[in-house]
Parts: sequence; structure tokens; C-alpha cells
Amino acid sequence: MNFMAIKVIYFNEMMRFWKTLFQSVASPVISTALYFVVFGSAIGSRIENIDGVSYGLFIVPGLTMLSVLTQSISNASFGIFFPKFTGTIYELLSAPVSYYETLIGYVGAAATKSLILATIILATANLFVELNIAHPFWMLGFLVLTCIAFSLFGFIIGLWADNFEKLQIIPLLLITPLVFLGGSFYSISMLPPLWQKVTLFNPVLYLVSGFRWSFFEISDVGVGLSLFMVLLFLSVCIAIIAWMFHTGYKLKQ
Amino acid sequence: MISIVSIKDLSKTYNSGFEALKNINLEIKKGEILALLGPNGAGKTTLISTICGIVSPTSGSVTVDGNDIITDFRKTRAMIGLVPQELTLGAFDTVWSTIRFSRGLFGSKRDDAYLEQLLKDLSLYDKKDSEIRALSGGMKRRVLIAKALSHNPEVLFLDEPTAGVDVELRKDMWKIVNELKSKGVTIILTTHYIEEAEEIADRVGVINNGELLLVEQKVHLMESLGKKQLVIELKESLTKVPSSLDKYNIELSDDGMHISYTFIVKDEETDMSDLLQEITNSELHLKDLKIVQSSLEDIFVDLVKEK
Repeated sequence: MNFMAIKVIYFNEMMRFWKTLFQSVASPVISTALYFVVFGSAIGSRIENIDGVSYGLFIVPGLTMLSVLTQSISNASFGIFFPKFTGTIYELLSAPVSYYETLIGYVGAAATKSLILATIILATANLFVELNIAHPFWMLGFLVLTCIAFSLFGFIIGLWADNFEKLQIIPLLLITPLVFLGGSFYSISMLPPLWQKVTLFNPVLYLVSGFRWSFFEISDVGVGLSLFMVLLFLSVCIAIIAWMFHTGYKLKQ
Repeated sequence: MISIVSIKDLSKTYNSGFEALKNINLEIKKGEILALLGPNGAGKTTLISTICGIVSPTSGSVTVDGNDIITDFRKTRAMIGLVPQELTLGAFDTVWSTIRFSRGLFGSKRDDAYLEQLLKDLSLYDKKDSEIRALSGGMKRRVLIAKALSHNPEVLFLDEPTAGVDVELRKDMWKIVNELKSKGVTIILTTHYIEEAEEIADRVGVINNGELLLVEQKVHLMESLGKKQLVIELKESLTKVPSSLDKYNIELSDDGMHISYTFIVKDEETDMSDLLQEITNSELHLKDLKIVQSSLEDIFVDLVKEK
């Protein structure tokens, strides 16, 4: 195992985060604050409590998941796409580094960035609402698994994409709608019965539901099912990456 | 001399069906400079990309110091440094951070003293903290060499190192290559500049349409395949070559003031003393004579045409 290579890939990726620290920190802080002003105060004050939780508090897990999902995908996909785009990938391919070591470096860094971001969002949210976490270990577990799973998904997108349009298209046209329609800002019990059933096909629902349960012990689906779905998504991503590595898909001719 | 890279029956066919390498067999000797010469699209880059692990071979095998490039890829790649043809560098990285990254990627422990010396050797030390985007093309090329050497490789591949660089930088690059050779590094460079191969290589391999046409010591190549031409300047012009010289296939220049005789050095039938005797007997008045040797370029053009 080339631990040194994993270390340099990881820190090289983290360096990109620190170089754009203001953008990395300011962006989530501002967007979280805006969501709280708009949804929490302006609209939220007119919405009744959901299962005994105020609306401002209710949206915290969904808001965190929204940023974690999009940032995990964005960081991991850009991380591997950029060397392909600039041609510096030759160095990775000609180095004594296995594909899996490369994966650990890139996905580890992307997941770390998302964890830092989630911490910042939760800290910002705490300025607006009093945040009590019922099951901190479950919360951390869901968060870490989600960061890793969606960083793996981002890595797949980064390998698949051969231009910037492809890099953006899945986060924009698939992930953002799934997050908004996956109960991030509402309970699915607020939907008509038909849409409740349709929403059950949205994988993000299970992430948000499980994550929200770890905060308030309220959920749209059972916590066991949420955990199973996160692990299933993680396994599917690992299987796709294993196939990509095995065939050298878009990496090696 | 022992082989450090051994290529056996190596072929590569891309998914498009393009046959980039056709049954290549080649032994690269430890400590030598081998120039792979060939026109664009000949297969030079595919060959070195395959050895370095960037391209998967379709068939055949490659070993580096006895280790297979696929099953023992960690060992072989750790021994190899690659300088790509394109200036592929992260624009916002500094020179120092990018070479440290390369060293780590190859699994080598941090060694700032070695890297500093490397930058000094490549006249890059004063640019240590500069961002890559602020460097000139020549400096970027040096950074690529520094990256390739950051883990002390024993074999260095240079893919068209002087493509598109000015004469001064090209000579600088040749100097660097010779210095590396003196340190025991085996160097394989691809080029389509004949003068580059002629200037720095120990052996020359000619590759065209994915086939390795020949690999020969540069000196032997020029001796065995090189033609020489004896050009005689006359005091008085001739209208016709004397019939006594007919058997030598001598050419007369348009102005009648020069006759020339082309011969192959290694050809046993070549006997200059007979020819010179015949010229003396034919009572030609000679003003000057010179021998012109064919260049590697002429040899290369002939070889490629033949195939």
C-alpha cells in the first residue's frame, strides 16, 4: 500500500479547499443564513410545528443534507475531473499508485471537506435556533456515511464526465431536485397520498429522514430502512467504481 | 551492457481499431541514451505510455529490471520517471509544491535537501515559490523534468522534450540529458528531430507505422547505412564523364565543373584506390575534392521510404 501517495493526494486536495477558504466557508454560512431568514422566519413563522418541532428547527437536517450532498459531489467530481481536463492525470497513471489508493485520497478529501462544511452549517444554524441532537453518534454516523457515499458518486461523475457541461448536469438536474423533493424542507406526510408514494422512490428521502431522526426522533421512514438505503447507495457506488477501475473506463486506453 | 527495459512482442490496438504498435521487440541498456525516431503518429508516444502504465498493452510483455510492468507495477513505476510532451501542470501550484507532490505520489519519503539540489541543477531554484502559470514555456518544461526526477528514477522517458522550444533551450535540454546520463540514469527520448538523436543518443531506434524498423548504435547506423559522396571540383568543365570511369556510375554536375561518386562505406566493392587511379589516368585536372557524409536524416528518410 502506497500510504505516502494517499497522503499527498489527500493533502493536495485539502489544499485546494484552504486556498479558497473564504469561498468555502462564506458560501455555506450565507446560504444557511438566507434559508433561515426566508424559510425559518418569514415563511416558517406561518407554518405550524411539525411533529412538535418548530419549522425553523425542522429544516436544519435537510438544509445540512442539501449542502453535504451537493458539495460532496462537486468536490469529488471536480477533484478527479480536473487532472483529466488539464492532462496531469498522466502522473497518477504512471505512479506506483493503485486505483483504490487514488480513490481513498480523492474521496477522503472530498468527504472531509463536506464534514467541515456540515459542521459550519450546523454551527450557523445554532445561531438561529436552539439545536439539540437526540442521538449524536447516529447523527455523526449518517453524516459520515452520506459524505462518503456522495463523494463516491461525485468521483463516478468526475470519471464519466469529459466536459464541464457533463460535470454540472447531474448535480443540477438530478441531485438538487431530488434533495428538494426528498423531504428536506417538509415532512412527506404533508403531501397528498399519491405523492407520498412517489417520494418513497427518492433515495434522498431516506438520508434526510434518518438524519432528521438522529436530531429530533421524528422520521418519514424507519431509521433502520434509512441506514440500509445509505449503505445500499454506498455499495452501488463502490461496485460502479470497481467496474470502472477494472475496465479502465475513461482512464486508460 | 545489461538490459534495464525489456520489451517482447508488444502490440497495441486501440478500441478504434488503430494498430499503434506492431510486435515490438526492444532491449534498452542500462545507462544509455536511446532516441526513438519517427514521424508523427508513428507509435513513439504509445510505446513509452505503455511502458509507463498509461496505456494498456494488447499483447506482449514489458519488464523493467526484471519486473513485469503489470504484475509488479509498483516496482517498475517507482523506477521510471516520465516527462510528457504537453506542458501538463497545475497552473496554480507552486514549483515547490508540485515537485513535492510528485515525490510523495511515487511513495518516496520527504527529502527537501534532494529536491532543493534538483531545482538548483535545473536552474529552477529561484522560481521555487513561483506559481506555474507565471513561468515561461522553457521553465515549465524544466519543472516537468524536476517532477519526473523527484523520486530518483533509474529510467527517464522524455516524450519529445524539445518539441516547439527554441534552439537555446534545446541545447540546454541536451546538456541536462547528458548530465543525467553521467549520473547513471537511462534515458529514452522520442523525437522527430534528427539532429537531436544525432547529437545526444547512443543508440537510435527508428519507428514508423507502429513498427520498429531498426535499433542501432548511432555510430554504426551512420557507418553501415550512411552513404558518402566524393565530390571533385575540376579546373576545366567537362561535357561528358570519360568512358574509362563508366563502371563507377559517376555523375556530372550541370555546369560540368564537378563530378561526384556516391558510395557506401561498408560496401566491400568500394575501392577508392582504383577509382582515384582511374581518375588520374583519365587526365582530369582536379582543383579540389571533398567527402560529404549522409546525415541521420537521410538514413531515416530512406528507411521510412523503403518500408
